[in-house]
Amino acid sequence: MEKTIATGVTIQDAIDNGLKELNAHRDNVEINVVEVPSKGIFGIGSKLAKVEITLKDNTEEVARNFLNDILNAMNVIAIINTNLEDNVLKIELEGKDMGVLIGRRGETLDAIQYLISLVINKGKEKYIRVLLDTEDYRARREKTLQRLAERLAKKVVKTRRKVLLEPMNPYERRIIHFHLQEHPRVHTYSEGEEPYRKVVISLKK
Amino acid sequence: MVKLVEVIAKALVDQPDAVEVKEVQGEQSIIIELKVAQEDMGKVIGKQGRIAKSIRTVVKAAAAKENKRVIVEIIQ
Repeated sequence: MEKTIATGVTIQDAIDNGLKELNAHRDNVEINVVEVPSKGIFGIGSKLAKVEITLKDNTEEVARNFLNDILNAMNVIAIINTNLEDNVLKIELEGKDMGVLIGRRGETLDAIQYLISLVINKGKEKYIRVLLDTEDYRARREKTLQRLAERLAKKVVKTRRKVLLEPMNPYERRIIHFHLQEHPRVHTYSEGEEPYRKVVISLKK
Repeated sequence: MVKLVEVIAKALVDQPDAVEVKEVQGEQSIIIELKVAQEDMGKVIGKQGRIAKSIRTVVKAAAAKENKRVIVEIIQ
């Protein structure tokens, strides 16, 4: 966690100096007074105020507020559940209209997830990964992709011709690669450039 | 829709006060014009337009919910 020790003629000065140094707002920090200033006698033995300022980790709050603003502007009502653990922020939405938020093949969900990650990681050193989900969409999609992988692998074996899948994001491609990793007859690789990169399933030589 | 673009843009940029969003009625669709500080252009466009694409995807979803067609344009 980021912290600093700042000094000033008064406690308020010290706090202001520290906030400037951390580029932070008073609401997002914890302040600890280390030394109370004293004027001393005739300027002898005078002491500056010293405060310790620690940046609070308000990632969850920032994510919640941002998501809430988006949902309000979209006229979607949902309950937001968050959980931050090991630099992964999991966010789950519950409500009506979740289909709107998921979008075609999860593209809206992915877009919102990406925007949240940009907002919470802005100006931060340590990177926090965001996983946004609703109605168990991610798990359902994973199952669908696994079934698809299996079906296409069978087709490749039968026809002895490689198969190109439609473009997918890195996360979805990984599911396919991972699922066919141990397959005895086929192997997988990706080709093309983002965002049109595709998985190819082909026969092992 | 203006509000949605504004909320997203303001959260992404370093100079939220410089964010301006305007709605213009096009022939077939609504056009949302987004203007940010010059130094913040990269923050709303992103590498290979990835951020702009995400903003458009979210706006498109919100618009579809209300049976509207919306185009987001980022202007200099």
